[in-house]
Amino acid sequence: MAAAGAAQPDRGAAQTDRRSGEHRNENLMMYPIPPGTRDVLPDEMAELRAITSRLRAVFEHAGYGEVWTPALEYEEVLRIGDERAAGAGYRTFDEQGRVLALRSDMTIPIARLVATRFAEAHAGDPLRLFYEGRAWRVVADATGQQREFLQCGMELIGAPGAEGEAEVIALALRALGEAGLARHRVGLGDGALYRTLLTALEVPEDSHADLLEHLSRRDLAGLARRVDDLALTPDARRLLVDLPELRGGPEVLDRAHGPAAGEALEGLRVLHAALERRGIADRVILDLGLVRELGYYTGAVYEVYDPAVGFALGGGGRYDELIGRFGAPRTACGVTLDVQRVHIAQTAEERLR
Amino acid sequence: MSAPLTLAVPRGALLQGSLDLLDRLGIDTSEVRCNDRKLLFEDAGIVTMRPSDVPTYVEHGAADLGITGKDVLLEAPERDVYELLDLGFGRCAMVVAARSGDDAMGESLRRLGRVRIATKYPAIASAHFAATGRQAEIVVVKGSVELAPLTGLVDGIVDLTATGRTLVENGLEVVEEIVDCTARLIANPVAHKLKAEAIDAVVQRIRSRA
Repeated sequence: MAAAGAAQPDRGAAQTDRRSGEHRNENLMMYPIPPGTRDVLPDEMAELRAITSRLRAVFEHAGYGEVWTPALEYEEVLRIGDERAAGAGYRTFDEQGRVLALRSDMTIPIARLVATRFAEAHAGDPLRLFYEGRAWRVVADATGQQREFLQCGMELIGAPGAEGEAEVIALALRALGEAGLARHRVGLGDGALYRTLLTALEVPEDSHADLLEHLSRRDLAGLARRVDDLALTPDARRLLVDLPELRGGPEVLDRAHGPAAGEALEGLRVLHAALERRGIADRVILDLGLVRELGYYTGAVYEVYDPAVGFALGGGGRYDELIGRFGAPRTACGVTLDVQRVHIAQTAEERLR
Repeated sequence: MSAPLTLAVPRGALLQGSLDLLDRLGIDTSEVRCNDRKLLFEDAGIVTMRPSDVPTYVEHGAADLGITGKDVLLEAPERDVYELLDLGFGRCAMVVAARSGDDAMGESLRRLGRVRIATKYPAIASAHFAATGRQAEIVVVKGSVELAPLTGLVDGIVDLTATGRTLVENGLEVVEEIVDCTARLIANPVAHKLKAEAIDAVVQRIRSRA
């Protein structure tokens, strides 16, 4: 049944309840922690550690070096990376009144780190970095979403084009396999595709933002209605309405019609060929409507799925302009995995065996 | 290998329309129709719930697809689900209504610089008054919203109305229409990729019958 594993029972809670039932103490108080955060007890911690050590082993073996960045950064510095990513977090002041923010992802801090610490590095040599750390995002109360989460991921700097992306996707698939997953897949799209098509099809510029907003909110019914309102040619209309529904094997690249689509899809074609050469194309779902919420992606974007979890386990993409915003332009792509969600998928996988 | 889909079906005003649609898709809904206490129908792949819970189950992947009103989706914009189709049935209007005959809202705005609004839809109501440049104090109520302006609790209400009859019977009238709401087909983002074929088959069948 689809519900299996989607619910996230608070592991350990059952045992504690039983025990506290026996020794109920009237003076015992429950001191709360903020919604969306959690305490992790030894049994679960051991399992989380087992997962992260396997993910880390794969990254290390592939020549990636671990980095650590501060959880707190200057808000104005994070904001250079991405308005929304920096603005979403929690803020405080230091003793001089400067605004500090809790990072909401690891990619922006690493872009800052690369631009400032590796500014002298030869542009020709790719830089391979991985990390394990916590990040924080604002979530609505009682939605079951995590406000504090543990991420493990990697960034490949200075490896442009499909080869770089293929390396990252291959490593993510391998790392999750080592962590005990078997049914995980990667959804792959092009974050700039829809925008490119709007321009190529000469859709009036003042409607672009509205259409992209509907696409990123995944409101396909609303998107179709707005495309209809534009009175485009039947071919253009069909392409813009059908595109977000095109997902599957390489055949979807041919199902997007017209010369505009042909050109815009060239990047995905080349990447798919690179994935085929690595023998992992069958683990990848091409998804022409995929967009990631963060604004710094410039090309390929991907998400990681497992049938046991209703949310993406992680994702990433190519962000060729982000490091340049910190003053040292370098191409880059990466992927991040949510360790607690990987854990849910891994326990579900164990139960199947 | 494609697993069967689990579908979240709303109880209440959208139930009939949803079941009729599923019948036309060839899904056996007879058990759901004759049993209004049971919630989980595993053979048909159907779970039934309040319309406002449908996005929650679908977002978490406890159901792959769901049917709910546009009003519910507008009220919970943080829910990460695909909105695949406008199903067309269950048409209602989200409106601002106030007591007939006097201009309580206008009076309140002129004298006090704000209106007091009772609603079950605080997100939609706040967004509407913000977008129209008026300050509003939103009072959330759970039961019959129509009571609130009659007792002087508020100047007006934001609520969903199909025929407007309940409003009229309580001496209220529609003063502004905010948005039309119909039933929508929504999907879990992961299922949308991993069960693409099964979901597309449902979407195609609904489209071809529209």
